[in-house]
Amino acid sequence: MDLTLKIWRQKDSKSKGGFKTYHVKDISPDASFLEMLDILNEELIHKGEMPVNFDNDCREGICGACSLYVNGRPHGPDSAITICQVHMRKFKDGSTVTIEPWRSRAFPVISDLMVDRSAFDRIIQAGGYISVSTGGVPDANEIPINKMKADEAMDAAACIGCGACVATCKNASAMLFVSAKVSQLALLPQGQIEAKRRVQKMVKQMDYEGFGNCTNTGACEAECPKEIKLTNIARMNREFIGAKLGAQKMKL
Amino acid sequence: MIKLDAKIPEGPIAEKWTNYKATQKLVNPANKRKLEIIVVGTGLAGAAAAASFSELGFRVKIFGIHDSPRRAHSIAAQGGINATKNYPNDGDSDYRLFYDTVKGGDYRAREANVYRLAEVSNNIIDQCVAQGVPFAREYSGYLANRSFGGALVSRTFYARGQTGQQLLLGAYGALSKEIHSGKVTMFTREEMLDLVIVDGRARGIITRHLITGEIRRHAAHAVVLATGGYGNVFFLSTNAMNSNGSAVWRAYKRGALFANPCFVQIHPTCIPVHGDYQSKLTLMSESLRNDGRIWVPKKKEDAQKIQRGELKPTEIPEEDRDYYLERRYPAFGNLVPRDVASRAAKERCDAGYGVGNTGLAVYLDFADAIKRLGRDAIEARYGNLFQMYEKIVDDNPYETPMMIYPAIHYTMGGLWVDYELQTNIPGLFAAGEANFSDHGANRLGASALMQGLSDGYFVLPYTIQSYLADQITVPDFKTDLPEFDEAEKRVNDELKKLIGIKGSQTVDHFHKKLGHIMWDHVGMARRKEGLEEAIKMIKELREEFWKDVKIPGDLSGKNTELEKAWRCADFLELGELMARDALMRNESCGGHFREEYQTEEGEALRDDKNFTFVANWEFKGVDKEPELHKEPLKYEFIEVKTRNYKE
Ligand SMILES: Cc1cc2nc3c(=O)[nH]c(=O)nc-3n(C[C@H](O)[C@H](O)[C@H](O)COP(=O)(O)OP(=O)(O)OC[C@H]3O[C@@H](n4cnc5c(N)ncnc54)[C@H](O)[C@@H]3O)c2cc1C
Ligand code: FES
Repeated sequence: MDLTLKIWRQKDSKSKGGFKTYHVKDISPDASFLEMLDILNEELIHKGEMPVNFDNDCREGICGACSLYVNGRPHGPDSAITICQVHMRKFKDGSTVTIEPWRSRAFPVISDLMVDRSAFDRIIQAGGYISVSTGGVPDANEIPINKMKADEAMDAAACIGCGACVATCKNASAMLFVSAKVSQLALLPQGQIEAKRRVQKMVKQMDYEGFGNCTNTGACEAECPKEIKLTNIARMNREFIGAKLGAQKMKL
Repeated sequence: MIKLDAKIPEGPIAEKWTNYKATQKLVNPANKRKLEIIVVGTGLAGAAAAASFSELGFRVKIFGIHDSPRRAHSIAAQGGINATKNYPNDGDSDYRLFYDTVKGGDYRAREANVYRLAEVSNNIIDQCVAQGVPFAREYSGYLANRSFGGALVSRTFYARGQTGQQLLLGAYGALSKEIHSGKVTMFTREEMLDLVIVDGRARGIITRHLITGEIRRHAAHAVVLATGGYGNVFFLSTNAMNSNGSAVWRAYKRGALFANPCFVQIHPTCIPVHGDYQSKLTLMSESLRNDGRIWVPKKKEDAQKIQRGELKPTEIPEEDRDYYLERRYPAFGNLVPRDVASRAAKERCDAGYGVGNTGLAVYLDFADAIKRLGRDAIEARYGNLFQMYEKIVDDNPYETPMMIYPAIHYTMGGLWVDYELQTNIPGLFAAGEANFSDHGANRLGASALMQGLSDGYFVLPYTIQSYLADQITVPDFKTDLPEFDEAEKRVNDELKKLIGIKGSQTVDHFHKKLGHIMWDHVGMARRKEGLEEAIKMIKELREEFWKDVKIPGDLSGKNTELEKAWRCADFLELGELMARDALMRNESCGGHFREEYQTEEGEALRDDKNFTFVANWEFKGVDKEPELHKEPLKYEFIEVKTRNYKE
C-alpha cells in the first residue's frame, strides 16, 4: 500500500508545532499501524531527519502508552482497539492519513505525538486505591463476592489509562477514566469502606488538573478501546452526591 | 577474589524463612526515616517493593522509563498467578509448588529460594484481594482457579486474560498511595544509565531524563534493580518494545555477577512471524492450552497443501491429525512445560509438518472445547485473547484453529543474588525478572508474577533491613563525591561517542541482525559450532555498530534513537555472554537445549554430575573473556530425577 501521511511535528513543549506531509510506499496490509510508522522513521533517519516521536510499548493494547489521534479519531478507524493493534488493512491504498497527538489542556504535548498524561497519575494518587498496607490482611476467600459484582468491577478495572476518553471529549472531561476506578473499588466490599472519601478526593484532583465537565455526549464510551461504560459515570455521580450529602464531614 | 555465599539459613526447608525472619536484623522506626532506598523499575517487583519500603518508614526514590509507573511491562502478563491455596481441594501444598517449580526448572534452581516463594504465594493473593484486584470468581462468590503447564493441580488465579494488568494496577495503587504520602518520590521517564559504587557499596545511580536529555545523579543507602528481563536481545520477543537489559548490564560491568545468562524461555504459543517489518511478537496466553489442542497434519502432503493455501485445517479429518503433545506426553498432554512444548513444535516444523504459509506454525484448536462447553463458555474464558488474535491475524479462532509458534518470552538468567536478594555488590539488590533466583533453567507459567510480587511485597522488605541495619549511622549521601563525577563522566563520554559516530545504518538494522544471530544460534536449539560462530559474529557486529550506527539529533531533548542505541549497545555485549554461557554448559536442561546432548527420543539430557551449578560470570572488559564462578546447587529436600511428563 502507498499512503500520504500528515503528521503533527513539534520539537518540544515550548515550540510551535505544525503538520508535515510524508509519503510511504509498499506497506504490507499485515503490518500494524505503528510498524508503518517504524518504516517511515527508518526512512527519516536515513535522510538525516528526526524520526517522529510517539509513545508506545506493549503493542498489544494493554499498557495504554500509545495515544494517536488518527483521521479525527483517537486510536484510529476501528472500535474497541488501541492504535497499536490496528493493522494497515483497515486503511485504503492511496489514501491520506492524518496523525495528531491527544489534544487537551490537561495533556500538554511534549514532543510530536507524545503528550504528558501525568494528570491521570495524580488523580489516582489522590485516592484511587484501597489504603491497605502490605501484610496483615485476611484470607482471600474470607469475603465471598457476588460473581456479577466482581465481573462488573473487572469491566471497570480494564481501563488502560490511555486518555482516549479525554482526547475525544469536546469538553476534555476525564469522567470516564475517574469513574472507572471509582466504580471498580465501590463495587467491591473491600473498597466500600473509604468509598466516599475516595470519590471526593479524586474528583477534587480531577477538577484541579483542568479537565472539563461532563455533558453526557457519550463520545468517551464510543471511543474507549476497552469499552468502559458510561454507567460508571452515573455510578460515580451517585457516589459523589451521596458523599456530599452524607454526614461524613472530611477535610480534603 | 569473589566469594559466593548464598546465605541460606539453617534448618529444614519449611522452617528456613521463619527462622530467618525470627533472627534477622531489623531497623527501628526512628532510624528508618533516616535511610533512603533507590528502586529502579515500577513493574510488579519494583512497585511492590517501593510501596512496602515506604509503608515501613523508609524514604524511597523510584525510577521508570515510562510516562507512568502503570505502564511497566508487567502490565502485559495475561494468564495468571500461582498460589498454593488449595481452594479446589486437589492436593496442592507449599511442597508441591516447590517441587513443581524445581522440577519445572530442570533442577537448576536454588531450593531454599523456591520454597520461600511457594510459602509466601498465598500472602500475595490475600494482599491483592485486599487491594481490590478483581480476580475471577465462581457463582458461589469464591475465587476461581485454572491450571497451567507443568502442574497437575489447578492453582492459578486470574483476572480474565489481564492478570498482569490487574496485579500491576494493585501495586500501582499501593505505590500511588505512598507517593501521595510524600515518602516515595517517583521519577518517570528517567532511565538509569549507570550504577555508582562508593567504597565497594552501591550508593547511587546516574540517570538520563528522556524528555530533556538531562543527566542526573541520585544517591541512597541501597539500590534495588527491578528492571525486568532482557528477552529483547533477540529483537523479536513477546516483551514490550522498551524492555531492555541495560540496567543489569551496567551493574554487571560495575562488578555484579551475571547468573545463567543463557537460560531464556521460549514460549510455545505466540502468533507466528509474518514479515521482516515486524516489531514484536504477540503472546497467546498459556491458559489457552487448558482447552485448546495442539496439532499438525499427520501427512506431509497435507502440510504442504496447507502451506500453499490449497487446503484448510478444518478439511483435515480427525484421523489425519497428529496431536503430538498428547501422543508424546500422555500424562501432561497439552499442558507440558513451555520448553518441552516449544521444542516439540520446532521438531514437527523442522520435519516438514508445519502449517501456515511459512511452514513455521502449528495449530491450537478449540473445536472440541467449543463442542464440549459451548461457544459462550469459551468466549467467557478467552474472549479477549480471541479478539486480539482476530485483530492481528484477520482469522476467526472460533471457526478455524489458531496458528501459533514459539517465541522468546522470558529470561530466567539475571543478576546473581543470595537468599536476601542481594547481589555480590553490598547494597545492590535485584528483584523480579532482573534476578536469576527462582526458576532454574525453565520457568513454569504463572510464576513470574508470583515471584515479582513475592520479592517486592514479602521478601525484600525483610531482607533489605539486614543490610540497612548496619547503615543507620551513615548520613545521607551527597552526589558530589568523586565516584559520582567519574560515573557521570563515563556516561557522558559514551553518549557523546554514540552520537558522534554518524554512520550509515539505523539502530534497528543492528538490533535485527543481532536478533537473527541469537535466534539461529542461541535460540531453541544450540550446538557448539553454532555458538562459537555466534560469538564471532556478535563481536563483528558490535564493531560495525560502533563504527557505523546512525543516530540523528543531539544529546539534548527527546531522542528515541539515542535511547535505543544505548540499549542496543548493551545487547551487543550481553548476547555474547549468553552464547558463552550456552557454550560452557555442555548439557541440555530446561530452556537450554544443546543438540549434542539429547536422549534418543529427543528429550533434554542433563549432566548433573558436572553442571549442577549456577554459572556466574564476572566482567573483565568488553573484549576480554569473563570469569566463571560456580555456585554449586545442593538438593537436600528433593530427589533429582529426569523430568518426565509422559506418565
Ligand atoms: C506477554 C507476556 C505475558 C506474560 N504472562 C505472564 C503470566 O500470565 N504469568 C506470569 O507469571 N508471568 C507472565 N509473564 C512474565 C511476567 O509478566 C514478567 O516476568 C514480570 O511481569 C516482570 O516484572 P518485573 O517487575 O520484574 O519487571 P517489568 O514489569 O518488566 O518492569 C521493569 C521496570 O523497569 C523499568 N526500567 C527498565 N530499565 C530501566 C532503566 N534503565 N532505568 C529505569 N527504569 C528502567 C521499566 O520502566 C519498568 O518499570 C508474561 C510476560 C509477557 C511478556
Ligand atoms: S502500545 Fe501498549 S496499548 Fe498500545
